[in-house]
Formats: sequence, C-alpha cells, structure tokens
Amino acid sequence: MARNLTQRFPAFKVSRSRRSRFGWTLVLAVLVTLTGCTEQAWNDPYRAGESAKAVFYSSFSERPKHLDPARSYSSNEWAFISQVYEPPLQYHFLRRPYSLVPLTAADMPQIRYYAHDGSELNDQAPAADVAYTDYILRIQPGIRYQPHPALAVNTDGSPAYWPLSAGQTLRVNTLADFPLTGTRELVAADYIYQIKRLAFTANHSPVAGLMAGHIRGFADFAAESKAAYEQLVAKTGETRPWLDLRTIDMAGVEEIDRYTYRIRIEKKYPQFVFWLAMNFFAPMPWEAERFYQQPGLDEKNVNLHWYPIGTGPFMLTENNPNLRMVLVRNPNFHGERYPSDGPQDAREEGLLDDAGRPMPFIDRAVYSLENEAIPRWNKFLQGYYDNSGIGSDSFDQAVQFGSSGEASLTESMIEKGIRLSTAIETSVFYTGFNMLDPVVGGDSERARLLRQAIAIAMDFEEFISIFQNGRGEVAQSPLPPGIFGYRDGEQGVNPITHEWLNGVARRRGIEQAQQLLEKAGYAGGRDPQSGGPLILYYDTPAAGPDSKATLQWYRKQLAKLGIELVIRATDYNRFQDKMLTGTAQIFSWGWNADYPDPENFFFLLYGPNAKVESKGENAANFSNAEFDELFVRMKDLPNGEERQAVIDRMVGILREESPWLFGFFPKAFSLHHAWYKNAKPHLMANNTLKYKRVDGPVRAAAQQAWNRPVLWPVGLLLGLLVVSLIPAIRGFRARERSRAL
Amino acid sequence: MTAYIIRRLLYALPILIGVNALTFVLFFVVNSPDDMARMHLGSKRVTDAAIQSWKQDHGYDRPLLVNTAQQGAAVFTDTILFEKSIRLFLFDFGQSDSGRDIGHDISQRMWPSLAIAVPTLLIGLAVNITFALLLAFFRATYLDFWGVVLCVAMMSISGLFYIIGGQFLVGKVLNLVPISGYDTGVNAWKFIVLPMIVGVVGGIGSGTRWYRTLFLEEVHRDYVRSARAKGVSEHLVLFRHVLRNALIPILTGVVVVLPLLFIGSLLTESFFGIPGLGSYTIDAINSQDFAIVRAMVFLGAVLYILGLLLTDISYTIADPRVRLD
Repeated sequence: MARNLTQRFPAFKVSRSRRSRFGWTLVLAVLVTLTGCTEQAWNDPYRAGESAKAVFYSSFSERPKHLDPARSYSSNEWAFISQVYEPPLQYHFLRRPYSLVPLTAADMPQIRYYAHDGSELNDQAPAADVAYTDYILRIQPGIRYQPHPALAVNTDGSPAYWPLSAGQTLRVNTLADFPLTGTRELVAADYIYQIKRLAFTANHSPVAGLMAGHIRGFADFAAESKAAYEQLVAKTGETRPWLDLRTIDMAGVEEIDRYTYRIRIEKKYPQFVFWLAMNFFAPMPWEAERFYQQPGLDEKNVNLHWYPIGTGPFMLTENNPNLRMVLVRNPNFHGERYPSDGPQDAREEGLLDDAGRPMPFIDRAVYSLENEAIPRWNKFLQGYYDNSGIGSDSFDQAVQFGSSGEASLTESMIEKGIRLSTAIETSVFYTGFNMLDPVVGGDSERARLLRQAIAIAMDFEEFISIFQNGRGEVAQSPLPPGIFGYRDGEQGVNPITHEWLNGVARRRGIEQAQQLLEKAGYAGGRDPQSGGPLILYYDTPAAGPDSKATLQWYRKQLAKLGIELVIRATDYNRFQDKMLTGTAQIFSWGWNADYPDPENFFFLLYGPNAKVESKGENAANFSNAEFDELFVRMKDLPNGEERQAVIDRMVGILREESPWLFGFFPKAFSLHHAWYKNAKPHLMANNTLKYKRVDGPVRAAAQQAWNRPVLWPVGLLLGLLVVSLIPAIRGFRARERSRAL
Repeated sequence: MTAYIIRRLLYALPILIGVNALTFVLFFVVNSPDDMARMHLGSKRVTDAAIQSWKQDHGYDRPLLVNTAQQGAAVFTDTILFEKSIRLFLFDFGQSDSGRDIGHDISQRMWPSLAIAVPTLLIGLAVNITFALLLAFFRATYLDFWGVVLCVAMMSISGLFYIIGGQFLVGKVLNLVPISGYDTGVNAWKFIVLPMIVGVVGGIGSGTRWYRTLFLEEVHRDYVRSARAKGVSEHLVLFRHVLRNALIPILTGVVVVLPLLFIGSLLTESFFGIPGLGSYTIDAINSQDFAIVRAMVFLGAVLYILGLLLTDISYTIADPRVRLD
C-alpha cells in the first residue's frame, strides 16, 4: 500500500522522509536531555534538584498501621509520630546513661508523695507508707500546634470544618482537601484529654491495662466513658460518634491552671516518669478528635491513624504508606536548640559542633517504602538513602573484624566516606524454660541442675558469631549495658555458665555441664525412666527453611550433653497459644525495653506477671518468693547502692534458678554517609530527627559522581542486534527462495 | 449471546459463594479471631480485655459459622461468615482490620499495578509473537534449535533472578534507571521501565515456546499447504494466515489475564517497591488482615470469571464461526 501511495503521490515520500528526520531529531533531543543537560543522575529516584537541599532520605520496610499516639506502640510507627507529637519530657540526645530532660514541660515534674492520711511525705519515704503520688507538670506557654484543618476557624470564630455536611464530606479524600488550616496554643487540658483517650476503650490503647493499675480513677473513667459512648451510639445511630471526653472526669488527672496539670498515681511508681517521655502522654487537642470523628471521614482514612496533629518540629504532609511518608518542618514549631552539654567523646566525634543552634536542621524528610533488603542496600550505596542498617546478605561487604574482634568498615565503604555507628541495644534475646513443665520447670534440685547444665552447653558466643555476624554481646544477666544494675567485668560474670580467666569471661567447659547433668540424674544425657536419651522439646514459630540452620544449632548444643532436642515448629499463632496455655517446654523470646530502668527487665520474671496465670509478660512462668519480694522493693528504690545490692541478689537468684538462658544483647550496626551529621544512635529516644543535619550539596555531588550512566553496553547490545540482522535477513531471503518444508 | 452472558454471570454466583466460604474456612483454620486481635494490638502488654474489645469493635465476637444463641435465620446471619461476606457481593469491601477503607486502597493501588502490567503484557506479547514467528519461519534449522534451547534455559531461571539481576545490571552497574521506587503521574515512567523490561525478558522463554508450538501446529494444516501451493510467499503465509488462525489459543491466554492485571504481581511489586495491589495482598497476608485477604480473593475470583467470559466473547470476534448459545 505504501509503495502504491509513493508511486502515485511523490509528496508522500518527501513527507515520510521529513517525518523520519523529525523522529531522529526527537530521539537525539531526548538523549541529549537525559545525558547532558540535566544534573540529575538517571537512576535518581527523586525529583530533580532535591538532593542539594536540606532533605533527609531514608526508607521504611513495614507499613505503619496506627499513627494515633494513644494506640501506636511499635518502633516503625514511633519513627514518624515522635517527630510530630511532643510529650512533656524527652531523653537527652547525648548523655549516657540515658537521662530525661523537659521537652514541652518548663522543667522536670514535681513529684510529691502522700500518706494514707493525706499528709505529704518526703522523697525518702518507704514505698509502703506512700498512698499516692502526685506528678505536677507545668508546660511552657506559647507553644502552638502545627497548621491543621481541625483548628481552622471562620472569621466569627466558629470552627471552619465542624460540623461538615454530607456533601462536604463527599468531596474529601485526603486532609489536603481542606484548604483552611488553623492553630492554637498548647494547654494543659490537651495533655489531660490524651490521658482520657488512653482510658477510652474504643481507642484500644495498649497501655490502658497498665495505666489502670497506676493512675487513680483510670479504670472508673474507662467504664463510665464506655457506658456513655454506648448510649451515644444508640442515641445518634452513628457508628463512631464523637464523645467529648472533657465532660467526664478522671479522678487522677486535674488541670491546675492553663499550663499546669497534675497526675495522681496510686502508691509509688518511680518508673512513671519514663512514660511521660512516650507518645502515649503527648497532647491531643479535643478539636482534632471532634473533627476526625465526623461521619464519612473515617471511611476515607481521614482520621488520627493517618493524619497526626502535634506541636513537634515536623508535620506529616504525605502519608502514603504504600509508597512514601513525608515529614515537613512545622512552621509553628516553638523552637529548640541543639544540646550544648555532652560527654567528652561526643565532643571528639563532632557531635557538639551544632551546640546551641536552633533545630530542626532539615526542612523535609522523605521515607520511601522498601520491602526488600537488596534494593534498599543498593540505593544506600548509590547515595540515595542517607543511612542504612546492615542486612546479613551485605554484612561482609560492609564490615570486617580485626584480630581483636573490633568491627570496622571495609575498604569499599571507607572509599565512599561511609561511617559506622554501633551500640548495644537495650534489648535481650533469651531462651526460656517453661517453669510449669514437669521436666525442665519447677524448683526441684533435679530440674535446676538440668537447666544449669543446659545453660552451660548452650554456647551463645558461637550463636552470635554464626547467626549474628558478631553483632551481639553474651548476656550474663537480664540487664543489658546502659541499664542501672548492669555490671561488667569480673563482677558481671554469671558463675554458673562462665568463669573469669585472664581478664575475660570464658564459658565453662562441657564436662562441667555433664557433671551437673549427672547430679541431676541424667548421666550421659540418658533418661533413667526410659533408658534412652533424655528428650526435650523446643517450641518455636520459626518454621521456614531460613530457620533450619538455627534450629539445627540448638539441637547440636544439647547433643553435646547427649540430650535429644525435638523441634516443635509451628506458626506464630499456635506458638502464642502454647505459651498462653503453658504447653511449651523450651522457647526463645525477646524483649525491647520501654524505658531504661531495671524494673522493665525484671518484671519479665516477676511471679504475678506469669503468662499462663495472668497473661502477663513472664513467659517462663517463673515464680520465686524471694525474687518477687525483692522486685517489689527494687522497683521503688532510687538508683543507688541499696538498689544495686537488691539487683545483685535478684540476678544471683536468676542465675541459680536459671529460668532463662540469658542469651545475648543484640548490637545495632548502622551506616551513614559523610554528609549525614549528628548520627549518634539513641536506643530510647525516637524524636531524634530534629538533631540530624544533612549537607545537601555534598550529597548531590556524590550522587552525580557515583551514578554516571554507563551507555556503552547498551550501544554494544544495539550493535550486536544490528549485526545479527544481516545474517537473519540473508537467511530470510534464502528461506523465501527455498522450497517449502 | 446476551442470554449466554447472563447465564454465565448466574453460574458465577455459586462459584463466588464457594470461593468466599473456602477463603473463610482456610483463613480461620489458621487464625482465630483472638490471633487476629493479638496481631493487630501488637505483642506488648496485650490484655484479655483489650482482645475482647478489639473483637467486639471489629465484629469478630460472633460465632464463626453457626450462632446457636440466636433463633431463626439469625442462627446463620448473626455469624462472622455472613456479616463479613454478604457485603462483598455488593462490592462493598468495608474497612480493613486495621481500620482502613479497602475500596479506597484498591482504587489507589490498582493504577501502579496497571502501569506495570499493561505495558509488560503488550510489549511481551509483541516480542514473544515476533520471536515465535521467527522460530517458526526458521523451523528445523539450527536457529530454531538453539532458539528453543535458549527459551528452555530462560524458562528454567527463577523470576527472582531476573528481578535481582535486572536491578543489579540496569540500576546499579549501568545506572540507567532507579533500582526501585515509584512516583505519580508522568514521573512514574522511569520507575516503570525496569520492571517492564524484567517482566518482558522473564516471559520470553515460556511465551515464545508456547506461541511457537501454536504456530507450528498451524503451519502443517491443509490451508497453509494450499496457500503455499498457490505460490504465497512464506512470510505472508506466516503473518497473514498462520498468525490469524493461531489467534484463538493466543486470545485464550491473553484475554483471560486482562482483568487480573489489576491484581498486580506479588514478587515484582515487592522488589521494585511498587505500591500496587500485589504488595497490598502480601502485606495483608503477613499481617493477618482477614478483611483485605477476603476482599482481594473475592476480587481475584470475580476478575478471573470476568476474564473467562471475555475470552468466550473474544472467540466470536476472532472466529466468526464461533457462536455463543
């Protein structure tokens, strides 16, 4: 057809030629644009020109479910909301051990103790004499909320977006669909409102149960507000009506004046102060809840789980957990200065270079969703993420160990200017015995010796080396470094499992474990009843092929004693059931501290917290009268010699009874680029984004240098294709001329 | 044909009820409502009261299948199965167990899935058919032999290898496109290129072999021999006659997957960070979000049935001899 046309209309031929020239020009223009005319690397995942700005780039792998501070209780959610919400207290960024300082509070809370007759007691009063404790908090005046539609008002002072008509709601899809925003001053009542939200059952706050045992009137408020809510639902017919929690009193919280409030705690609970640094106790303006509870908004995900409202240095402007989360500097931020005091090592590391400067240093933080470790790691190496953890796949590429075991970066990392930060986490990964089990549990001598023998045989030094790439420290007690009561050196050695030799803790030889086993009546690991090997059971939710090596390692450890370990792998839900019903025998578990106090670790072994009996966190169901008594005493004591002595005794009991194989404390390894400043790991605080500084121009230059497009293989491929066309065309012609097959 | 379509749609109803019931049973064999509550409330400090309250709020405090406490129809209607399933048939997916609007999520996430899947399908189809025709053209030659060997080799390689290899080579070594990520609007193009190339290359082996088989089957038919006897050139035989007659099995394979393009690819979306429905489903399975799993399985079943119906209809277009009665 084309041949006929060109024969008949020569102009068509010219037109095709012109079109061809135009096509080539277009291709060339695109190539020139892509290669030379833009400073942006081809593989840059961000929009042009952003890299040189004060923007922080990072990633997240798990979609945050809840951004409501009453509900959120996981680190991946706190990574975002801690930049937005401001509880009254925070952790000092540089000081170690971790210590609290005021955030929105004008100063640290006044703590007053009262006796049963209402008389005030001094700070040293014994816990038994204390009937209740008052925490009086005074916040700084003049703090304002981020711009938010819930606080927007019309010229007459009425709320701009309350009540919304059905038609207005219909047009809304995101919070950005509300053009007007407003703000107001933070007041003490906002903190009180949030405490009431913790108690309100519809909010499913994970700390409601705990706080009901501490804050006066908390449980009563929960019951009263629940009844009021049910009445409201019945009355309005709405599925989620707004219940104004201000109308119901909670005995334990009181507004003293516009900027001061009081929380009354039953008895003495010194750890309560740490909760005041958590997002659960961040302020919530009642207007926000009223706004979000309007019919039709929740169905469109316009709610507190998606759109937080706070006074912090940043505000969440893009919440697309399927793609990215974007925090932007809050224009109403009250201002805070980088700490001027810190330990000497912080000064040497340049962590005080920004001392006294106003924060935050960055304007925007972009967190991109990365489900898989490989692309995340590669993008970090390309300079598109400012920081990164180290996966096991890439560990050898990034880190090497010296002859004395110290970790350092490999040459390729050093060449890129990448820095390594390490810190022992305030977590413990342990293997527990179910103390209700007739074989390994109980307080019989036989079971105790069996547990001690296993504690020696289970070589966690080897575990850390094989499965953790050396990232961990063998635990000699439940308390990790940095927590009051932790002892290192010879004093900290668990004498049951280790001995101090030449300045180093060495695991006892397997023959000592075998001797203990023999004393227990299991000589050579044989069960006297059956005559065969003693069979123990390890219950685990790790059923996948990735866990095979780890489970094999556990079997091997007990095989050293002649004990046969049967792996009972199941799914997580069944494992939970076993733990709740007490049918597991040996298991592994972990705990990540809520706050840096020994109480937060020892309560994992406190009898009344037993999982089977009270659904608590004592997964081993350990119960020891002396330990429990010491725990009650220890938790109320201030840090000091007396508390240390009590802790030492508690640790001694745990070592003797061995309900846990203490396992190890994981060591966090994180990498960051040279342009990322003030990258000191803080394992307690989550609101650390404000301290971070990024040298944008340095980053942009590095990205350019590291990501120049390599085009010759593409050219080669195209060339090969063209060359291969020649014999193909020849073959085609020959085939056309040949006889059909 | 209208009667046929109506009949097929009516056939779909019991299938969808069956799929829904099966999903329900399979899900709750593995997870109890208590498990779901624990998963959503987190692993720390979860009390019995909190679990009960969560179940009540999310409607999981009812019996699963039969409510013996009720009378009449309520014995079956006041159950989790009924309450959680009936609205699906009106395409009201409700809220996820974590409180998000599923319909909104689906409407947002289907576009990235389509942005990858549609070009991958179309370009893959063109490439595979071209290669298959080439191999059919050069049948019984060394080119055909080694082409088939190459196809078998490409089929044998895991899809994951193509993804990781593609990311390494194109994104990291050659620095041509971003390794992963996504953006909205026209900025999405640079994130689509690599998954698309990987999808096309990964599908060449199986696609080309399959189409080659179809073409070779046609090549030996009588009408081809007649065409050749009339002196029609070989390339015209292939492109004009063989290709057209091989369209029915090609359509069977292609049209049936068209609606499923919405669902996306679990692996590709996960590795490339594409916020599509594939990663949505896998996230829901991992977080034991029954509401999303149920909605996505239901949607998948509906789209599959729709795909089969479209395939039948497309037969009538591809081959006028086919009648749907």
